[in-house]
Amino acid sequence: MEEREKKRSVVPFGPQHPVLPEPIHLDLVLEDEKVVDVIPSIGFIHRGLEDLVKKRDFNEYVYVAERTCGICSFGHGLGYVEAVEKCMNVEVPIRAKYLRTIWSEMSRIHSHLLWAGLMADAFGFENLFYQCWRLREKNLDLVEMTTGGRLIYSVNKVGGVLKDITPDMQKVILNNLSELEAELRDVYKTFMTDYSVQERTRGVGVLTKEQVHDLGCCGPYARASGVARDIRQLGYEAYGELDFEPVVSNDGDNYARCDVRLREVFQSIDLIRQAIAKIPNGELSVPVKGNPDGEAFIRIEQPRGEAIYYVEGNGTKFLNRFRLRTPTFANIPGMCETMKGCSYADIPLLVVTIDPCISCTER
Amino acid sequence: MSAKFTPKETIRVIEKDGLLREVMAMKSRGMRLSQACASYKDGKYELSYSFSDDETLDYETLRVVCDLADRIPSIHDFYSCASFYENEMRELFGVKIELIEPDYHNKLYRIKAETPFLPEDAKAEQKKQEQEISLSGADSDLDLAQAAADEKLASGKKEEK
Repeated sequence: MEEREKKRSVVPFGPQHPVLPEPIHLDLVLEDEKVVDVIPSIGFIHRGLEDLVKKRDFNEYVYVAERTCGICSFGHGLGYVEAVEKCMNVEVPIRAKYLRTIWSEMSRIHSHLLWAGLMADAFGFENLFYQCWRLREKNLDLVEMTTGGRLIYSVNKVGGVLKDITPDMQKVILNNLSELEAELRDVYKTFMTDYSVQERTRGVGVLTKEQVHDLGCCGPYARASGVARDIRQLGYEAYGELDFEPVVSNDGDNYARCDVRLREVFQSIDLIRQAIAKIPNGELSVPVKGNPDGEAFIRIEQPRGEAIYYVEGNGTKFLNRFRLRTPTFANIPGMCETMKGCSYADIPLLVVTIDPCISCTER
Repeated sequence: MSAKFTPKETIRVIEKDGLLREVMAMKSRGMRLSQACASYKDGKYELSYSFSDDETLDYETLRVVCDLADRIPSIHDFYSCASFYENEMRELFGVKIELIEPDYHNKLYRIKAETPFLPEDAKAEQKKQEQEISLSGADSDLDLAQAAADEKLASGKKEEK
């Protein structure tokens, strides 16, 4: 019997779609319900923030860098000031390094819980979505208490930090994190053992370790495929003084990505406890003289993965170039690969599992 | 203590003609393409291709310094994920990267301005350099290959109509 020729159709997905908080467009090539190819398009909200560095004083630009995105805001500010500090050979006080580490981990908790809620929403588990975001609020309260902001922290400056975390605040942080940790155990258990969650996540969107390497993926997305790479192991800020190992899973599917990100929230709580236990007294910043000259690459582990910051100074107060390579930019090719061979109904979940941040990506 | 790595971070300037050879060497060493970007400095492009070793976290950057009208080959054959970076370099800075796959034809970012990160005087200089190349008839093999690819695309569209 002659095999019936399968017709291909192209279905546009996004830029407006219920599962997408930010715009990305995918042309999905389908054979019946099966996706056989994906062509991604970005660029709906490109703002040219990198080029703005030529028109803003390098100290003022910290505030622009932080506003690249509302979720990874702290990390972008941190990456930028670290790059400028490396360029200018500025040694930041140790207390400032610990404070930056604490805020960095708070940012990770906030980002991962936000993602967990969106993931639960994407597979239709509304109650789980509410629980994740309720826990996120507890963390945001701590951010507000220590920085004055909930999403844009504005505490980084070239040479150190602008605010301190007092001993009283440290006690509140430890208490609230213990409560959050206890409640998060139930959420983690639901994600890992609930039948309906597993039905939508197990074996879906598998990415192998080799594919991760070839496609340049990073962060929890890569660690869920067995790649034990965490840029925090470089020991920047106070990470070199803290004890941790990369959180890794080997299955490479949606389930493994949930597992890695949620376990990383527990890891962040542990890192904050360690940092508070070891934080020394001292100055918050050092005076910075002169202008950046030369160039520097900096890598930091953002909640979504490895982010790369490059600055090129010219001896004036305006930088010649600032470059930001975001984790989502690196993970889009991997996301497209996981979609091939999947059912059309799985596409929203596969988009969410890279934890896409399009604001960062388009800068 | 968790700082188990003391990675080497290097920036190595190479000739543009040696780019593919060096990238192939990176690939054969198992390096991951971490990023690629362009910048404009002193009338020339500086193209940076950064590679990371996932075992040691070493970070090596290949730097190509080239004229504004120079043709740069795509490294897509070695790293399929290079496409986004290359499309971005061409769209924002006007770097003449050829045979990108997939080629977004300056539509990766939906922006009206043409090569917005390249200063106006550099755009004029780029046109001048291109005219000089055109008048001298020194079209490279890459130009011919790009022209063939464009022609193929155009004929495909005609057939669709």
